[in-house]
Amino acid sequence: MPTDPRYDYALREPRLPPPVDHSLADAPIDLDVRLGMYRTLHLLRGFGKRAHDLFLQNLVKGTTHLSLGMEAIATGFGAVMRPGDYSFATYRGHAHSLARGMDPGAALAELCGRSNGILGGKGGSMHLTDVSKGMMGSYAIIGAHLCIANGAAWSAQMRGTDQVAVAFFGDGTTNIGAFHEALNLAKVWNLPVVFVCENNLYMEYTPTEMVTAVEPPVAGRASAYGLEQIVIDGNDPDRVYLTASEAIGKARSGGGPSLIEAVTYRSGGHSRADPGKYRPQEEIGAWAEHDPVPLYHARLLSLGVEEERLDAIQEEVAEGIDAATAFAQFGEEPGEASLLTQVYADGGSRWRN
Amino acid sequence: MAELTYRDAVAYGIAQEMRRDPSLVMLGEDIGPAGGVFKTTVGLLDEFGPERIRDTPISEQAILGAAMGAAMTGVPVIAEIMFSDFFAVCWDIVANQIAKSRYMTDGQVSFPMVVRTANGGGVRFGAQHSQSVENWAMMIPGLKVVAPSTPEDVVGLLAASIRDPDPVVFFEHKGLLGDKGEVPDGEIVDELGTAKVLREGTDVTIAALALMVPRALEAAERLAQDGISAEVIDVRSLVPLDTRTLLESVGRTGRFFTVEENPRLCGWGAELVSIVSEEAFWDLDGPSVRITTPHIPLPAAASLEDLAMPSVDRIHETVSKSVETRSGV
Repeated sequence: MPTDPRYDYALREPRLPPPVDHSLADAPIDLDVRLGMYRTLHLLRGFGKRAHDLFLQNLVKGTTHLSLGMEAIATGFGAVMRPGDYSFATYRGHAHSLARGMDPGAALAELCGRSNGILGGKGGSMHLTDVSKGMMGSYAIIGAHLCIANGAAWSAQMRGTDQVAVAFFGDGTTNIGAFHEALNLAKVWNLPVVFVCENNLYMEYTPTEMVTAVEPPVAGRASAYGLEQIVIDGNDPDRVYLTASEAIGKARSGGGPSLIEAVTYRSGGHSRADPGKYRPQEEIGAWAEHDPVPLYHARLLSLGVEEERLDAIQEEVAEGIDAATAFAQFGEEPGEASLLTQVYADGGSRWRN
Repeated sequence: MAELTYRDAVAYGIAQEMRRDPSLVMLGEDIGPAGGVFKTTVGLLDEFGPERIRDTPISEQAILGAAMGAAMTGVPVIAEIMFSDFFAVCWDIVANQIAKSRYMTDGQVSFPMVVRTANGGGVRFGAQHSQSVENWAMMIPGLKVVAPSTPEDVVGLLAASIRDPDPVVFFEHKGLLGDKGEVPDGEIVDELGTAKVLREGTDVTIAALALMVPRALEAAERLAQDGISAEVIDVRSLVPLDTRTLLESVGRTGRFFTVEENPRLCGWGAELVSIVSEEAFWDLDGPSVRITTPHIPLPAAASLEDLAMPSVDRIHETVSKSVETRSGV
């Protein structure tokens, strides 16, 4: 801990979650969609926990950035997006990949550096991509992918399709130049793109408000680009779903871009190396009480869904995670056969004759 | 056959490809009504309209990000970065995103795109608008790197770059924009990865690129008067690199010189010299010599810039001295 208490961020005033909006139980969302979101929440949670376990077993090397606690955002958007739509995520992209339908086994295998990984072991945890599912990549240097999402949206616009691009990013991204370049161009070109900030209150190890000129950090920038200020509870899948429906529907119908600030909290640190000790205990406790998984469990019970039905979903997902783990663990390590492939479109890496 | 300036050849080449492929689009700063700050895109807006010739804000990351996102979702793109020096503000998109994404995704994505840019010195613009940065691009696996020296090559190599399924960084030289050359009628499509022997010779091989090509040719003319027969090769494409033509030439002449506009350290010639020394060592009759700009930022004053960049005089003197020293031993 720093000796100067001003820099011991754990002593700061805690940032507490909003109260649960129980009126969302009455939102016009089909029960099938809700049960699907419940399933996705558990899949993302189970996957994150398993990735953590495999790291502790030294099967996942390097680093990984988990979305534990933040799963409602990927879940809600995943439920709204159509197969042709484009997702762009950051290095914290596991949840977004799975929410678009990436095979969990191929994803875990990639984390483990296996040849049966979704990227053959060449990309790793920070670059999960599955173009066949519209998951256009996880981009590990923040900012660029907002500009790239614009390009996919521009492409859809030029081709006359109704595809929408969605770029997910963290609060830290709002202070890098590419964020501002992307928002401006998206507005000027009226692109079918949705920018979704997962504001988990910390840019890596530093409270976002310590390094950001405006509050809230994302919506506070919206007016500079002629966009509406939208701040939502990012831990409530129903709220995310409704917001996503509106923004994606607007983009699809030619209404242009949206910027959404979904406030959430990561229950762990920034990455493997970070125990997250810069956070007030009261804050951690309050957000644990506002965790999307139990929140949504309670929501579905309040809607009259039987506990057994939810248990069955949870069980089925857990079996899937075990199967995915086995798939990953028994994958072979990639060897020389793939080392020099796929640098260029001819499948190879030859740069000379 | 028409005589075109290098400048006009750029728009001519783009138009040829845009007529062929109605899905091809271009974006960049001032490329529309203004016709480009170097007038290399004059007439394109009129012929192809504002949907295909898109003016952008001064946002190089947004430009290249949009190009990348469009290319990876099936729309072929030409992006313009006004001065190659400006790559420094969007190099993340070039080096980390465009170049690496195919490999990182094990081939899931392709980038049929060309990034055109005005490169090089000799026009008194000072250190931030005169750099030769083709070696930056050459160092990044995943990119292809092209730098034409004549109007005909501008058209043909631009067409080849646009039709190539990989991302190509296309360096147009500011110092050559006014140069004229014959451009044959009809469709012109060249081939990447092919160097051109522009002057045959038997005593030395001189490899040059872009603005350095006409200088090397003029120096070769003077060397001929001294009795030294110089073969001049326009490298044209750094990636892919036509090592065969270079090594074959060195095999005949036994001497190798490069003329580079880059500052000294890690210019493209260093790689060529390395290849020659590894693979043609026993053919060499003397040391390979790099003629480069010193390792300094390029100065603005005409007199200083002329001293810094490899000149016809310097090429002539360096080669002739090196050959004489050798024969004098």
